Amino acid sequence: VSSQTSVRRLLDGTGTDRHAHLDRYGPLPHLSLEPLLAAVEAGGLTGRGGAGFPTATKVRAVASAGRRPVVVGNAMEGEPLSHKDAVLLARNPHLVLDGLEVLARALHVKRAVLAVGPDIDPSPSRAAARHRTLEIAHLDGGFVAGQETALVNQLDGRRAVPRDPFTRVTEAGVDGRPTLVLNAETCAQVALLARYGADWFRSAGTTDDPGTSLFTVTGSVRHPGVVEAARGSRLGEVLAGSQPVDPVAVLVGGYHGAWVPAADLDVRMTRSALTAYRAAVGAGVLHVLGESTCPIGYAAEVADYLAGESARQCGPCLNGLPHLARNLHRLASGARDPLLPGEIERMSALVSGRGACAHPDGTARFVASTLDVFRDHVAAHLEGWCPSRVRPASGRAS
Amino acid sequence: MTARLHVDWTRCDGHGACAELLPHLLTVDDFGFPVSRSGEKDPRVARRDREAARHAVRNCPLMALRLYDAAS
Repeated sequence: VSSQTSVRRLLDGTGTDRHAHLDRYGPLPHLSLEPLLAAVEAGGLTGRGGAGFPTATKVRAVASAGRRPVVVGNAMEGEPLSHKDAVLLARNPHLVLDGLEVLARALHVKRAVLAVGPDIDPSPSRAAARHRTLEIAHLDGGFVAGQETALVNQLDGRRAVPRDPFTRVTEAGVDGRPTLVLNAETCAQVALLARYGADWFRSAGTTDDPGTSLFTVTGSVRHPGVVEAARGSRLGEVLAGSQPVDPVAVLVGGYHGAWVPAADLDVRMTRSALTAYRAAVGAGVLHVLGESTCPIGYAAEVADYLAGESARQCGPCLNGLPHLARNLHRLASGARDPLLPGEIERMSALVSGRGACAHPDGTARFVASTLDVFRDHVAAHLEGWCPSRVRPASGRAS
Repeated sequence: MTARLHVDWTRCDGHGACAELLPHLLTVDDFGFPVSRSGEKDPRVARRDREAARHAVRNCPLMALRLYDAAS
């Protein structure tokens, strides 16, 4: 098991220059479905967009659905802290499109589309798409627009909001066809698997969690940015190059993620190791909270934002998220109501699993993690003071 | 096969008929929206509740409920 931290499979791209790209990565093989699926499955590739679902399972579902499918590369990147798809498409658009193309050929798709979010420049993707039979769609949308049913809706000309997931998009998605939606980075990983195979893919990462991932490092760091690291690297190793400043905790997985305290920076970036924190690598957002930021105040701002990003379709989300945000603000601003944490926990549990998409679940996970990891901080607030506003030398005076 | 009850949250507006018709499967939350008592996302419907569940499906004014057969 190797897990060297610094690996540059995706970020060493050659921009829009097709010849340089082919020099760097070699020709894209023509694979039929079974050899491609075999490589993706043996490589153990999981989605890099958030949910971490096994890619081969999705491909298989679409392949067996009976009609010619549609494949969609998802670069909506609605999470405000994430920039990895933007950086990937600026530096290595050809690799993302290679992944879409190899899947499109193997699945004999009707359409192949790269969906680019409003904050991402579509021009490198458009330049790289010349001489290829795939579409680049520059789309609108906020936090939930990249959720796969919302993306399907937008591509079909409907409002970019999630739909009831009872019928999966792998059965009926874009144009009513079986639809494979894969994150842009996942597409790039498929392109690598198609070229170099599963053994090579597994030469980085761990047995259970192979390959590399892109991480967006933000917050209290000297050098924010996007880095690539082997899965299974330690959190502290992934952050090291960005130089964290007075870290208290790291939000792993973005606004739908969970906190890992700074004392645990040796945790490995794998599904199994992060389970203890109810966190997941997700889309690779690592937001460092510095000691001068009040975590409760920060969480209240995030909850406000997430409540505002509700598609306003599902009652529990529409009503529950503002309720959570309000109570977090009360806690942050020093309302000394001992019932507040319990009420916030109750509402987090209540909204979970009760929506068309994972927006309430993700929000609840983030809020519950905030109360859990920062319970001493919560207790201080209930006593009427905030540890983030008090320097160690000056005691408890405010 | 197991019968399960699915709520389309994009349609549901918290009318509350389902919770009244299926009191041992559903209750309502602070805002009047149905909550599965078992905590299951799509609660299992026992054989004795099937007819009441079909009735609830027919009587949802927003057509937000469906009863379906699941593998487990």
